[in-house]
Amino acid sequence: MNNTKVSLEKKLKAQFGDLVTNVVNQHGEITCEIAPENWQQVCQQLRDDAQFSFEQLIDLCGIDYLTYGEAEWNTDGVSSSGFSRGIGNKGPGRFSWEERETELMDKRFAVVVHLLSIEHNMRIRLKCFAPDTGVLSVPSLIKIWSVADWFEREAFDLFGIIFVGHPDLRRILTDYGFIGHPFRKDFPLIGNVEVRYDEEKGRVVYEPVSIEPRVTIPKTIRKDARYAEIQEQIEEEG
Amino acid sequence: MSEIKNYTVNFGPQHPAAHGVLRLILEMDGEVVVHADPHVGLLHRGTEKLAESKPFNHSIGYMDRLDYVSMMCNEHGYVKSIEKLLNIEAPVRAQYIRTMFDEITRILNHLMWIGTHGLDLGAMTLFLYAFREREYLMDCYEAVSGARMHATYYRPGGVYRDLPDYMPKHAESKWTKGKKLKEVNSWREGSLLDFIEHFTDYFPERIAEYNTLLTDNRIWKQRTVNIGIVSPERALQLGFTGPMLRGSGVAWDLRKKQTYAAYDKMDFDVPVGVNGDSYDRYLVRMEEMVQSNKIIKQCVKWLKENPGPVMLDDYKVAPPSRDTMKNDMESMIHHFKLFTEGYTVPKGEAYAAVEAPKGEFGVYLVADDSNKPFRMKVRAPGFAHLSAMNEMVKGSMLADVVSVIGTMDIVFGEIDR
Repeated sequence: MNNTKVSLEKKLKAQFGDLVTNVVNQHGEITCEIAPENWQQVCQQLRDDAQFSFEQLIDLCGIDYLTYGEAEWNTDGVSSSGFSRGIGNKGPGRFSWEERETELMDKRFAVVVHLLSIEHNMRIRLKCFAPDTGVLSVPSLIKIWSVADWFEREAFDLFGIIFVGHPDLRRILTDYGFIGHPFRKDFPLIGNVEVRYDEEKGRVVYEPVSIEPRVTIPKTIRKDARYAEIQEQIEEEG
Repeated sequence: MSEIKNYTVNFGPQHPAAHGVLRLILEMDGEVVVHADPHVGLLHRGTEKLAESKPFNHSIGYMDRLDYVSMMCNEHGYVKSIEKLLNIEAPVRAQYIRTMFDEITRILNHLMWIGTHGLDLGAMTLFLYAFREREYLMDCYEAVSGARMHATYYRPGGVYRDLPDYMPKHAESKWTKGKKLKEVNSWREGSLLDFIEHFTDYFPERIAEYNTLLTDNRIWKQRTVNIGIVSPERALQLGFTGPMLRGSGVAWDLRKKQTYAAYDKMDFDVPVGVNGDSYDRYLVRMEEMVQSNKIIKQCVKWLKENPGPVMLDDYKVAPPSRDTMKNDMESMIHHFKLFTEGYTVPKGEAYAAVEAPKGEFGVYLVADDSNKPFRMKVRAPGFAHLSAMNEMVKGSMLADVVSVIGTMDIVFGEIDR
């Protein structure tokens, strides 16, 4: 099985050359990056070319790389003063809507696709970073795999990525009339509104959230020595 | 004559055949469906976002609540993904226990499916039969984890604890006493494995019973044969996995093709359909129960003969026992760190999939050296299946919509997440 994986990397290089970048083999899984302008073309070939024949799109999802690798609790500079209490930093999920990130960040949003080839019994992961120019857009894959329909609607709903060419890009998981894209890292975990039934008005009403954001276990980063070897290996391969 | 227009029907979310909270907007031309637009998300809890805010192990319990009729298979997918990132593997005995409980879960799920599917199409008796058998399997869940449904039994590095040596017995009551009490407790004299063995001996006859009720039943066939036909090509395009894909004649099963746990040591067959209609998918799932029963039997045999550890001996990931924790300073520190902060997972991403009863259940994890997942994505089989709703019901009668919902075996816990 590993042999086919190695050759898959080579095949990718041979077939697509520079269209496919950052090919990484980690945990026996191949990941590669594709620019939005080549997104549809490469995917089409990955499906139709007999040496790949990825007939199935298993999954498509968005990722928000904001705060990647940032901890809420700094443990590096431990001194005689001891650890902090771990509630100082504004970590993900702790800020409110007003404090959300407004600056554009390069390589913040990505669309990740998992493909499966039943014929060759192999998988591949493709990543496409949406250029953050205020409006995120990535070409739709719906013409190549029909199942992309709902997956793209989901990524649009949760991350606000616009899939160009999708015929019916509506929200899918969130409530009718929802505002914002909840899976973005700068969307507060507690949300913005809460609902309750109002006796007087005789209907359900929306109100701003009344709870305080709270994190019981802070996110901590530790460069664990046990993984140094694996980490080196990855860096070498990458 | 005045012009006749199509009209729209709102099906659900409070409809008994909607299997939870499905809202379907159906555009009808008389009795014929012109367009179906499923509205999902009424059960959206943001599981993936919640997982980003807590240490890895805290989310195992959330997995049970995704597809809440195939609990342990979901845990398996998540735990496998973490194990991949940490580069660890569970001990052999744990692998066998996982295999056994995955298959118990498969039977649990398929019983639920056949019960409700039958109920939707007018076969009331089956529902009661299926739930009678489910009760035994729930008892297995309870014996091993303390909970009947939401077990949180699998952990990265193994399973929470070894199988118990005894089964809890029914207590004497006004209605069950004397001979009857002895009878209901007759399976429970030995260990959990004995109990499961009793079940595997008992279950094939029950499946035969279900077959008598349904397989050649005229009404059943009228409601399922040639309903919701999907060709193999379309099934692949539509992202079908599991019995939905196999019903269309594609022999694809992760347990065989990308094997995990102890499945490579198991002897079982993968049933495949021919026509890709509801009836074929019914036959596939019925046969899967027979095969699962076979796998469980093999696991019980192995587990009886091979005692051993069920959890990795690595205190960085798995907690030490209570006893060592109280007598050994090092273990005490490990215990404290594990339960306050959790373990950190090295930078990277991994996708691990298992053959859940409904299809491929996968968990995609992105880690950034911290104690919480940076991003978790759950690939739920039902999500892809339900998205094919329009294609499957277009042009068929309203009554067939119910048959198609049933055959998809959808559960909203996993679709809405």
